[in-house]
Amino acid sequence: MKLQSDWLRGTLAAIALALVTTAPVLAATDDGHVADFLLDNGMEVVVIPDHRAPIVTHMVWYKIGNADEPPGKSGIAHFFEHLMFKATTNHAAGEFDRAVSAIGGSNNAFTSYDYTAFHETVVPSALGEMMGFEADRMRNLILNDDVIKTERDVILEERRSRIDSDPQAVLDEEVDATLWQNQPYRIPVIGWMQEMEKLNRTDAKAFYDKYYTPNNAVLVVAGDVEPETVKALAEKTYGKVARGPDLPPRIRPVEPEQNTRRTVTLTDARVSVPGFSTQWVVPSYHTAKPGEAEALDLLAEILGGGNRSRLYQELVVKQGIAAEAGAVFQGTMLDATNFTVYAAPRGEARLADVEAAVDAEVARIAKDGVTSDELEKAKDRYVRSVIFARDKQDDMANMYGSTLATGGSVQDVLEWPDRIRKVTVDEVRDVAARYLDLDHSTTGYLLPQTQAEN
Amino acid sequence: MMTSFMRRPILPSPTGGEGRAAPGSLLMILFLSILFLILPALSARAAMNIQEVTSPKGITAWLVEDYSVPVIAIRFVFDGGTTQDPPGKEGLANLMTGLFDEGAGDFDSEAFQIKLDDAGAEMSFDAARDGTYGSMRMLAEQKDAAFDLLRLAVTHPRFDQAPIDRIRAQVLSGIISNERDPNTVAQRKWLRAIYGTHPYSRPDQGTRQSIATITPADLSAFHKANFARDGLHVAVVGAIDAETLKQKLDAVFGGLPEKQALIPVADVEPKLGQQLEVNYDLPQTSLQLAYPGVKRSAPDFFAAVLMNEILGGSTFTSRLYDEVREKRGLAYGVSSDLVDHQHADALVVTTATRSDRAAETLALVRQVVKQMAEEGPTEAELAATKRYMIGAYAINNLNSSGAIAATLVELQLDRLGIDYMQRRAALINGVTLDQVKAAAKKLLSVEPAVMVVGPAAGGKG
Repeated sequence: MKLQSDWLRGTLAAIALALVTTAPVLAATDDGHVADFLLDNGMEVVVIPDHRAPIVTHMVWYKIGNADEPPGKSGIAHFFEHLMFKATTNHAAGEFDRAVSAIGGSNNAFTSYDYTAFHETVVPSALGEMMGFEADRMRNLILNDDVIKTERDVILEERRSRIDSDPQAVLDEEVDATLWQNQPYRIPVIGWMQEMEKLNRTDAKAFYDKYYTPNNAVLVVAGDVEPETVKALAEKTYGKVARGPDLPPRIRPVEPEQNTRRTVTLTDARVSVPGFSTQWVVPSYHTAKPGEAEALDLLAEILGGGNRSRLYQELVVKQGIAAEAGAVFQGTMLDATNFTVYAAPRGEARLADVEAAVDAEVARIAKDGVTSDELEKAKDRYVRSVIFARDKQDDMANMYGSTLATGGSVQDVLEWPDRIRKVTVDEVRDVAARYLDLDHSTTGYLLPQTQAEN
Repeated sequence: MMTSFMRRPILPSPTGGEGRAAPGSLLMILFLSILFLILPALSARAAMNIQEVTSPKGITAWLVEDYSVPVIAIRFVFDGGTTQDPPGKEGLANLMTGLFDEGAGDFDSEAFQIKLDDAGAEMSFDAARDGTYGSMRMLAEQKDAAFDLLRLAVTHPRFDQAPIDRIRAQVLSGIISNERDPNTVAQRKWLRAIYGTHPYSRPDQGTRQSIATITPADLSAFHKANFARDGLHVAVVGAIDAETLKQKLDAVFGGLPEKQALIPVADVEPKLGQQLEVNYDLPQTSLQLAYPGVKRSAPDFFAAVLMNEILGGSTFTSRLYDEVREKRGLAYGVSSDLVDHQHADALVVTTATRSDRAAETLALVRQVVKQMAEEGPTEAELAATKRYMIGAYAINNLNSSGAIAATLVELQLDRLGIDYMQRRAALINGVTLDQVKAAAKKLLSVEPAVMVVGPAAGGKG
């Protein structure tokens, strides 16, 4: 069924992300063990053997994201990701792309708050060639003013396409900048327009030299390959790249105590149905005390994870006032992260009534907790998602890569289902009571222009 | 938080059909961060054994047995889809697909959803233009319970009034929420302009007025006319053997009527050679150009697919990508797609650029198209693109059990035969440069339909 609503699309996208980032995956298949080792130059390597098909996924994750950018240079991490596809001293512009497409492979790259990743999916016989290209551009990129200017125009168009053309995305940006008062997650990954326009060759060169080094990278290879083969190929390619200077620990500004309730409102002529989301600052898997992040994952699932969740059942089904309602926890982050509830009204229902109903469910779960039946079913769904995820190599590679790039370990991924199983009813109630305090939250409203004029 | 920005947008891969462009959605673009593959074409021959399984009641499915993960994926389609919505009841097929997990057999909505959750199965339905799709992903150890719930949903949906009203209200909310969205409004105008009064011009979700009129009787009648065995195509991938599948096919689909009762749908030639301007004060101007397409069954199908791939296909090496983005930085995304519906075909070029350079970008796109029409690709471009298309089939179509099942359903719909994957590379390699040049001239020499959405020309940038 298609609902076709921008608001819903935004929230559904958030759910999809949560599924990707909060449900780590069991180690490989029964036929192989995950191998994890270091090259001499400090590059970490993870191999996830999966011999179902003669394919490998090759990813390089750099422990550098938009939250590591220097002040005033927002967007440089993502801009640099684009620049990595330009010419090097050994390969002309486009040569790597042509080599990938000539064998029917696929390639792309992405940037987030805590990491930047580059990936190719190819037949196993091409793995060494991919490593060669990837190791080459780790150090040998040619950055000149022509390249910078044209690609900067591309990212400005990307910002206009992805953010400025979408009222929900514009609001989300401003909500982030309000929720986070000090932590760099307040800055959009793509960057602020006026700073993106000024990014230059000097910025790019400094960024490259500081962060694009083997000792700041994690290589993840998933698929039809043995760890020994990966090790031998990696030593011949990445292993030849000199170790860079040691980077300082990734200690960033952290949030002060949250003491207020904040609201952010966007009215826009393109909006017809209003919506809202409320967010709280909560610990991530990296910053949480043992068991807390797992409890937050389960809390999000029980409160608003799907059509069996409390928010959906109460607001959409029983009260019939919402078109959609849910909750999201983004656990795989280096620093403290956000927990979000959202809803949109339907029919004659007023946004204020929908928000009040969501708040009531939040207050109820913080006060009375969850039932053991709810908890067991939520655990079953996560464990099931782990089995389903084994059907897709990319889910596996992404889970290891994002966990390792945000301060976690292979062991963390392997043990995740067991830790989910151990969470108690009391622990879920405790995290709800501790973190979901409406007096210390940030709410964003997306409103139609007509409603604002009333 | 919008957490991931990537080098280029990835449009959802068409499921199985080559050159069948799926509509891009924000969700897919943002979060399909990697397109994956399981089997390259060459090894697909050795590794993927597709069995044709026919049940005692005569229901046929294509099966790929695979026990490496304890999961089973089933996908099926009934011919028809949203073109079967009766006039005035637009949105009927879409509404129906929202109701299959809202009560079936003796279970009301709540009871059914609890059963489904307990069975560890995920079920979804979707109404497309030319067919109504269903799929389920289940754990092998709970397959009996899962298939039984699928049987109930497919053969005995309840269409109770309360869930109808609830789901209808959700659909209505979606319709209203898009009423002032410039791109949605523009796409509506576009469909009306190129398809006229043909069913393809109608919104799949219906309108405020049309969905208000839909009754339980309408839903039951639509279900009966569409969910019948002679219009059914099924594919199954995963931990199940042929004998067990035969029983499940009869259990799930055996109770359906034998014959569909479909409204005939005419073929339609999209109306090209027209200009649409939709003015909104937006940060970008979107450009869309439609040229003639090619039928899936046409002898020059692969010549057109190869030409389209070179012009603006899915690699980082297409001509449009190079000229519009790499050389001039005019856009983040630019592509050409072959749209291949059952009753209409087109080649559509899309991009979005800053408004003060929209005229320049449109002229550039038309120049790149013109050059392709007049000169065609080079021998080297064709050779590289053949290699890409042969190798990439698995990447785009066989990246998980669910994707393989979806691909096998499309192969059945297109009547390509169970041995298609073995034949495909030879079909592509057999295309000559002259054939590709001829396809370019035929499709791209025609004056296109052009839509420009953005600030009025001469307005602010």
